[in-house]
Amino acid sequence: MPKYDSWKEMPIAGVIDKPATAREYNTGTWRIMRPIINKDACINCMQCWLYCPDMAINGRVKEDGKTEMLGFDYNYCKGCGTCAEICPVNAIEMKPETEFLK
Amino acid sequence: MPTRLAVTGAAAVAHAMRQINPDVVAAYPITPQTPIVEYYAQFVADGLVDTVMVPVESEHSAMSAVVGSAAAGARTMTATAANGLALMFEVVYIAASMRLPIVMPIVNRALSGPINIHGDHSDAYSVRDAGWIQLFSENSQEAYDMTIIATKLAEREEVLTPAMVNLDGFITSHGVEGVDLLDDEVVRDFVGIWEPKYPLLDVDNPITHGPLDLFDYYFEHHRQQQEGLKNAYKALPEVFAEYEKISGRKYDFLDLYRMEDAEYVMIVLNSAASTAKYVVDELREQGIKAGLIKPWVFTPFPKKELLAALEGRKAIMVLDRAMSFGKEAPLYSLVKSALYEAKDRPMIGSYVYGLGGRDVTPAMLKVPFEDALKGDLDPNEERYLGLKE
Repeated sequence: MPKYDSWKEMPIAGVIDKPATAREYNTGTWRIMRPIINKDACINCMQCWLYCPDMAINGRVKEDGKTEMLGFDYNYCKGCGTCAEICPVNAIEMKPETEFLK
Repeated sequence: MPTRLAVTGAAAVAHAMRQINPDVVAAYPITPQTPIVEYYAQFVADGLVDTVMVPVESEHSAMSAVVGSAAAGARTMTATAANGLALMFEVVYIAASMRLPIVMPIVNRALSGPINIHGDHSDAYSVRDAGWIQLFSENSQEAYDMTIIATKLAEREEVLTPAMVNLDGFITSHGVEGVDLLDDEVVRDFVGIWEPKYPLLDVDNPITHGPLDLFDYYFEHHRQQQEGLKNAYKALPEVFAEYEKISGRKYDFLDLYRMEDAEYVMIVLNSAASTAKYVVDELREQGIKAGLIKPWVFTPFPKKELLAALEGRKAIMVLDRAMSFGKEAPLYSLVKSALYEAKDRPMIGSYVYGLGGRDVTPAMLKVPFEDALKGDLDPNEERYLGLKE
């Protein structure tokens, strides 16, 4: 759902009046633990990408055909820690969100 | 040419529905609402309406089907009573929050338990905070009229709020009386064609109905519902005036009976008002300045109108056909609250009557007037009419 600042501007009834608005909706605010990648340890195996339930791992296929793990999409990452569990080289650390409070 | 029929209240409501000709009716039979659905099913079977009739397996399904149908963009109605309404409860709130202008006659009946199929208002009161417009009717004629009025009101764009039309179980729903029907075309023109704002079936403009709504916007959507009810309050006089033009019958927030100079005022909903009017006439013959107020509109509650009608009177006796256990009776507490701003506050008393269909006699309805005449009203005491003390 798009962002609204006032009940007067919103469509009534919770209706979402256009399609594909999920991209505008940040669900990562639920997260209490934040995954942090140690790129020096990462072997770019992409198991985190495979297991992430929220498609919150960014990655790409390079020109040489090898995969590269690029980081996390914190707009959607809910901090479940699956990526850290599955990582074969323990390159992902889960840190409390309180450490990132401004 | 308007037609006069000798019919039950249930048949009168079914005729109003036939003339409105909704696209979908989904309902489950429950005493004493059953004849409304039976009559309507007959109209469908006889090809008198274009309605798709959906016989469902429970009231929870009935209200769910009705929500789906109305969200799709169809003009949709259902009807229920008491425990059927209780089974619908979850979806009754959802219908209101989805702003679907469903019209639902409620044939008022006592909520179990102990189990009882007869008339009282515990069902209507149980959904007073659900976000529906709630209209009340004294007799079959009013039930017929209110069904048509409810449709017009609920579908107004600034309102878009579902509406219940309350009529008393058995007394109104099964009692036969004369009812003046408008011509079919007149009703059809009056309600017009509903053009839904967000029809799900409009595949060119895909939209989502009923998504998850957490701490970010749930609050705002409730504020919008409140606005819908405020707009219903503003729209009601206009809709009543339009209805008067086609029917000659005049409605308002409150039915004021012999109120011009009344000092002792009874307030009561629905069919008991007929008996109360009879009692008021008797008291008037004895020179007692008695009067009666029967709210036609319960939600949005006509607080301002009540204050204006009650200020300066000697005594107000509020009758409730249901209890609110451990608290003041529903109509009484609302009337009492409306009087908070009165400069000249009358005596006020609360009377519970007619629970589970207990007969309501003129002698019974004289008691509150007699108490008031003796100066014996206690704002903090709930009294009972016709109770085996």
